[in-house]
Order: sequence, then C-alpha cells, then structure tokens
Amino acid sequence: MPDFANPADWLPWAFASLMGLSILIYVVLDGFDLGVGILFPLATPAEQDKMIGSIGPFWDANETWLVLAVGLLLVAFPQAHGMILTALYLPVFIMLVGLILRGVAFEFRAKARDHHKRLWNRLFFTGSLMTALAQGFMLGLYVMGLEQTWATYAFATLTAVFLAVGYSFIGAAWLVHKTEAELQHKSVRWARESLWGVVLGIGAVSLATPLVSTRLFEKWLSFPQVLYLAPLPILSGLLIVWLWRMLRAMPFADDRRSWLPFAVATSLFALAYLGMAYSFYPYVVPERLTIYEAASAPESLFIIFVGACVVVPVIAGYSVLAYTIFRGKATELRYD
Amino acid sequence: MEALDTLILSRIQFAANISFHILFPTITIALGWVLFFFRVRYAQTRDDKWMAAYRFWVKIFALSFAMGVVSGITMSFQFGTNWPGFMETVGNIAGPLLAYEVLTAFFLEAVFIGIMLFGFSRVPGWLHMLATFLVAFGTSMSAFWIIVLNSWMHTPQGFEMIDGVAFATDWWAIIFNPSMPYRFAHMMLASFLTVGFLIAGVSAFRWVLGDRSREVRAMLKVGVTIGALLIPVQIFMGDLHGLNTKEYQPAKVAAMEGLWETQAGAPLVLFAIPDEAARTNHMAFEIPGLASFILTHKWDGVLKGLNDFVAEDGTVLHPPVAPVFWSFRVMVGTGMAMLLLSWASVWFMWRRRALHQGRITGHWLAVEGLPKPILWALVPMAFSGWVATLAGWYTTEIGRQPWLVQGVMTTEMAVADVPAPLVLGTLITYLAIYVALLFAYIGVIAYLARKAAKGDDGRAIDMSHSGKAGVMALSPAE
Ligand code: HDD
Ligand code: HEM
Ligand code: HEM
Repeated sequence: MPDFANPADWLPWAFASLMGLSILIYVVLDGFDLGVGILFPLATPAEQDKMIGSIGPFWDANETWLVLAVGLLLVAFPQAHGMILTALYLPVFIMLVGLILRGVAFEFRAKARDHHKRLWNRLFFTGSLMTALAQGFMLGLYVMGLEQTWATYAFATLTAVFLAVGYSFIGAAWLVHKTEAELQHKSVRWARESLWGVVLGIGAVSLATPLVSTRLFEKWLSFPQVLYLAPLPILSGLLIVWLWRMLRAMPFADDRRSWLPFAVATSLFALAYLGMAYSFYPYVVPERLTIYEAASAPESLFIIFVGACVVVPVIAGYSVLAYTIFRGKATELRYD
Repeated sequence: MEALDTLILSRIQFAANISFHILFPTITIALGWVLFFFRVRYAQTRDDKWMAAYRFWVKIFALSFAMGVVSGITMSFQFGTNWPGFMETVGNIAGPLLAYEVLTAFFLEAVFIGIMLFGFSRVPGWLHMLATFLVAFGTSMSAFWIIVLNSWMHTPQGFEMIDGVAFATDWWAIIFNPSMPYRFAHMMLASFLTVGFLIAGVSAFRWVLGDRSREVRAMLKVGVTIGALLIPVQIFMGDLHGLNTKEYQPAKVAAMEGLWETQAGAPLVLFAIPDEAARTNHMAFEIPGLASFILTHKWDGVLKGLNDFVAEDGTVLHPPVAPVFWSFRVMVGTGMAMLLLSWASVWFMWRRRALHQGRITGHWLAVEGLPKPILWALVPMAFSGWVATLAGWYTTEIGRQPWLVQGVMTTEMAVADVPAPLVLGTLITYLAIYVALLFAYIGVIAYLARKAAKGDDGRAIDMSHSGKAGVMALSPAE
C-alpha cells in the first residue's frame, strides 16, 4: 500500500489503478461489441441488423475507455507510453486499422446503397477480428516483457487467437441477453462453443507469467503468497463450470436470467485481470520500469486527479443512463 | 541518415493522419449546433420541414462523427508510436490538457450521441433535445482543449524547464496563452463556415436535381446565411490572428508574406514563386505598401524579413517558405470566394422576394431568385471549407517548423527510433485507407442527397398530403 501522506507516492499508485480500471472496463465493454463483430458472418442478414442494433448506441462510448486508458498512460507515465507503444508499433497499427474499418463500416453499411452493404459487412467483420487479434498479440508480448523473439511471437500469436475467441464469447453472452428467438438460441450455442478461448487464454497467461521471470515465480508460488492467490484460480474455475452448465440449459423459460452469462463472463474477465495486475504491480513496463520511476510530476498528476474525481462519477452516471434507455431486446437500428 | 528518414516519414505520416482527422471534427463541431437549431425550431414550430432537415443531416453527422472518432483514436496513439520525445519533454503540460479533453469532452459526446441518434422514440422530447445539445457542446469542448494545447505549442508560457523537462508553473497562463483566443475563434468560425457551405452545397445539389421540397428551401437558406454572416467575421478574425502571430512568430509571418528583406512599406505579394535557394521571389506581382498597412496599420510600417532569421553560420531558422506562402494564399483565396458567393446568393434571394412579394415575416429570402450559375457554383463549394481549413492548418503548422514547441524543442528531438521502412509501410497503408474512405464518404453524401431528392426519404412535402403525424412517417430504417 502506498503512503498517502506523500503525493509522489500515492499519485502514481492512484493513476495506475485508474488506468487499470479503465483497461478492464474497456476489455469488457469493447470486448462484447468486437465479439459481436467477430460473430457477424455466422448470422443471416436480418439477424445481422439486430446484432448491429444491440451495440449501436454503445460502441462509441465503449471505445472511449480505450482513449482514456491510453490517455492515462500517456499523461501519467509518459516514458512508459513511449517505450510500450514504440515496441508494439506494428500490432498497434493493425489494431488502429481494425478500429477504423469497423467503426466506419458500422455507419456506412446503414447508409450505402444495397449492393455496397455486403462490402461494409465484410469490413465490419474484418476490422473487429483484426482489432481483437492485435490486442491479444499485444497482451502476449506484454506478458513476455516486450521481448521480441520467435518464442515470444509464438506465444503472442496464441494469446491473439485466445483473446479473439474470448471476445466472441463475451459478445455471444451479450447477444443472449439482447436478442430473442432463433438468434438467441444461436447466441447460446456460440457462447458455449467459444468458452474454450477464455479457458485457454487465462490458462496460457497464468502458466507463462511465472515462467517468464523469477520475480513473478517467487511472487506467485512461494509460501504464504500462494495462499493469498489461491482464491483467484479456484473462483475462476467455479465460474467456468457454472457458465458451462448454465449455457447447456439456456435460454430459460420466460427469458429468465438472460443477463447472467454476461455478468458471470464479466466477473471472470475481472478475476483474470486482477491476477495480472497483481503480478505486474509495481511495474508498468514489465521488469523494466515501475510506476514510480515513470510517473509525471506530482503537480501535473494532481491537477488531473482533481478533475478525474469530479468527472468520472458523472461519466459513470450518464453511461448508466444510456444503458438504461436502451435496455431490453435489440431491434433493428433506426435513427428515430 | 536513418534517423532523418524516419523523421521525414513520421512527419508525413503525422500530417496525413491529422489532416484526415481534422476534416471530420470541422464538420461535427458546427453541424452539432446546426442540428440543435433544427431540433429547437421543430419543437417551436412543429413544422415538419425542420424535422426532415434534422433527419437528413443527422445521418451525415453520424457518419462524420464515426470518421472523426476512429481517426482521432489513431491520433492519440501516434504520440507514443512516433513522437515519444514530445510527451517526455512537455508531458507535464500536454498531459493534463489531453486528459481534460478526454474527461470533459469525449465521454460526453460519445455517450449522448447514442441517445441523439437512436433515442428519438425512446426518450422524452426534452431529453432528446438535451442530448443533441450535449453532443454539440462536447465537440466544442474537445476543440477547446486541443486548441489550447496546440496554441501553447505555438506560444508557450507558464512553465519552467528543469533538466530538459517542462514543468507547469501557472496553469492560467498555459491555458490562456497569447494565441489561444484567436486560434480558437478562428477554428470555430472555420467549422461553421465549412458546415454552412456544405449544407448550402448539398441543398443546391438537391435543388438542381429537381427537389423543390420545403426543407430544401429552408436548408439552402440556412446554409447560405451562415456563410454570408460569418465570412466577414472570419476575415476580421484572421487579420487579428495575423497581428498576433507577427508579435510571437515573426518568421512565420515573413514566410506567409514572402518577404525576404526587412523593410518599411513592405508590399503585399499577391503572386510569386518563392525561391529559397536564391532567397528571392520570381514573377512577383505586388501591391506596394499594403502588407505593412495590413500588419502594422501604417503604410510605412517596418516588417521583418526572412533574411533576419538566418544565423551567422548560415543555419536557417525560419520555416520552409513556399508551402507556408502557398497554403496561406489558398486559404485567403478560398475565403474571398466564399465571401463573393455567399453575398451574391443572399442578394439574389433577397431581391426576388423584395421585387415580387414584398417582405413577409419569416420569409426574407426566396430560393427561386438564385440564377443557375450561382446554384451550380454552390455545389462544388460544398467542400470549400475543407480546403480553407487544411490550408490554414498547413500555414500554421509548417510555419512553426523547425520548432515543435516554439523555442522549446524541435520536431527532430521528438521523433521515435522506429525503422524507416516500418514507418513507410504504415504510412502507405494509412494513405490508401484514407483515400478510399474519403471517396466513400463523399459518395455516400451524394447518394443520400440523390435519394432524398427523389423523394423516397419521407419528406416534409409528402407528409402534408398524407396527413399523418410527421414524425411517424419519417422513419426510414437507416
Ligand atoms: C479543432 C478540433 C480538433 C483538433 C485540432 C483535433 N481534434 Fe480530435 N476530435 C475533435 C476535435 C479535434 C472532435 C470534434 O471532438 C472529435 C471529432 C468527431 C468526434 O467524435 O470528436 C474528435 C475526436 C477525437 C478522438 C475520438 C474521441 C472519441 O472516442 O469520442 C480522439 C482520440 C481525438 N480526437 C484525438 C485528437 C488528437 C490526439 C489530436 C491532435 C493531435 C486531435 N484529436 C486534433
Ligand atoms: C487539426 C488540425 C491540424 C493540422 C491539419 C495539422 C497539420 C500539421 C502538419 C501539416 C504538420 C507538418 C509540418 C511539417 O512537418 O512541415 C504538423 C506538425 C505537427 N503538429 Fe499539427 N496539425 C493540426 C493540429 C495539431 C494539434 C492539435 C497538435 C497537438 C496537439 C499538433 C501537433 C503537431 C506535431 C506534434 C507536429 C510535429 C510533427 C510533424 O512535424 O509532423 N498538430 N501538423
Ligand atoms: C480570408 C481571410 C483570412 C485570413 C486573413 C486568415 C488568416 C489566418 C492566419 C494569419 C492564420 C495563421 C495563424 C498562425 O499564424 O498560426 C490562419 C490559420 C487558419 N485559418 Fe485562416 N484566415 C482567413 C480565412 C480563413 C477561412 C475562410 C478558413 C476556413 C473556413 C480559415 C481557416 C483557418 C484555419 C483552420 C487555420 C489554422 C488554425 C489557426 O491557426 O487558427 N481561414 N488564418
């Protein structure tokens, strides 16, 4: 725990937490709409319009969490920002291209003439997939301490695939809640069939992390730390089993608890993320730069901190408002 | 040499990305307010034409917004991937400004745009109106913060350098730095002019396609009026901006004016081919004394020339002359064309009404008064705002070179150590995507205009026949 009497000590910690939180929110929120994009080709045209409808009012705000996360990295840990992003130059670029393609395809497909719609649909899928793969690849390289060798590339390729499948899982869980009838049945099946991505993804990162560095090995597997950490894998395992059983029986009569898979998936993502955060703290660039070494001047951080304390609750407030207004089953998107 | 190649490529890549990005904010900032105006007029009058106008432009707004968002995300990553030195040196100042932009502006617009676009039938009218207002407010806020940062890079103050890193000493001075008010006002006006001419141009296009609906008339009048009212203000503002620049960045002004020698009674160079090797202008066409008069308000005022910005050892300390010189002329030229066209349009429309029907309240202008050539001139001018805005930014930004932050750090100090071929590869891909998207964007606007002109868009005119509640009839699924 940081020393709250000393701003140079607690401010970096507070910003690391805030950044961590916005990455987590991003992964869950944009995770589901990227996932919906990845599942896109599996649906019929009418279903595709519904799927788009289920994410239409949200995707933009979801992506803003990425802007906030990278913004916080930029403003709070400028040195780390440069180090990480130059090391990840190519995957970042691929992600950006993916985000561009899917973001604009989303709008274009609704407005272009009919025979162009197919092209935009395809770009929407391609863009979502590229984004997810690139993010997974970055995750893998980050876990590997940003080393660039064939072995780390191979590992990163694995995490890329797992994350893409993981996103389609949470996307399917979202659709289970937002759709009905045939499409809902399909979504349940998609969720069941992509659960393995989540399991393998969490497994791969958890296995690799302690092997990459002796520091982490100590941190994870020495006594008594292993006892503090034990609830994480146990809880995750239980959640996975629960999800699996639930998805075999869904949808329930009267559409009861259709929100549950998404909620459980969110908890699962959060647990996995917590594990990672625990491992890397206090490093922001693994094994190279701690949050204290990388932090900006406390005065500048404090200015932002004051603003964040006022604004973040307001943002949370109106985000909840938006999700409340657009609650319920998705319809085709209409600008009315 | 390797580093230099990366530098040049990174500069081109940054310029390409920001140029693409700024096209869309320029539209969304002002279009948000215009949509709010349409929405309020509809609430006041319950006249379907305002709702039809809202519906038509909200689609273009949504499209522009999406283009702005995705290219903006690219921008925020660029700082890390290509310009790590920037944040390492001035991060303590740039950081909070960027953070406030995300916190106060991006979330506001991103959340409420969902309600604005898709919430019409789900929320009460006042909330929909509020959402429209907040989106417009959010885009303007984000323009404010980013312009504060950009202006600070031109006229930095309120900080001290310790071990090569900038630390803020006075936030008030940083935010209200000397060029900020001018730049912000000039940019907001640029945005409104861009949108005014876009609306006028697209409506004129619908008109020449035979669309005589009531909303087309309303939109054409709104667009032309915005242009006619604001262009004089913009020219005045531009003049003030120039005076401010003369004080803080004299080398830039000398490049804009194409002035090599410091002199009293400097001429206004209307046309010339600046030659940096020979340090002179070829084929110059000048008006004696006018530049001094504009910039010092005295016919024999003294203006500094470019040769004053060459060090003893021959190092050039002024920006590249030709691009600054030319882009400045493109901007001012476009401004003049806007002035002529919008005033001529208003005059013809006003005269028609005055001659034939007298002034009826609320109907000062008659679109029928517009002669064919003027209508046809309005169509290509739909994107004139883009040309002027880009030209203006090129003037400002190239005029700051070789500095990145005037007097504090050069562009070269900020560049990332990324292999040049990698940057070249990403640059080419970006360019290809941007060109394709620009074509698609303009194509879709033209397509929407054609479709609306053919009348399959639930127009105000149709509704007066059907007698249905206007709003209900107006819901194409797009
Ligand atoms: C004068 C206006 C202006 C200028 C100079 C810039 N922007 Fe911008 N930006 C906007 C005006 C704007 C806007 C109007 O607020 C946008 C456009 C459409 C939108 O959604 O918001 C936006 C969107 C936007 C977004 C997406 C926000 C979201 O998710 O909603 C990001 C991340 C950036 N911008 C970042 C930048 C950066 C890093 C810039 C400079 C280097 C920059 N912008 C220049
Ligand atoms: C939106 C309108 C803008 C446009 C069209 C624009 C355009 C340009 C251009 C053309 C250059 C290249 C100059 C040269 O290298 O010769 C440049 C440089 C630069 N500008 Fe801007 N700019 C804009 C706004 C901004 C803002 C808001 C910022 C900062 C927050 C910024 C930061 C920079 C940086 C870091 C460079 C140096 C890199 C380079 O030389 O390319 N610009 N800009
Ligand atoms: C016709 C008279 C105009 C004059 C005298 C004028 C003057 C100027 C000057 C002096 C600058 C450079 C500021 C600097 O030194 O950094 C500038 C920049 C700029 N101009 Fe203009 N301008 C005019 C018209 C326009 C029009 C019609 C538009 C767009 C519709 C426009 C858009 C811009 C933009 C976007 C910039 C860059 C941002 C800034 O520095 O404010 N200008 N203008």
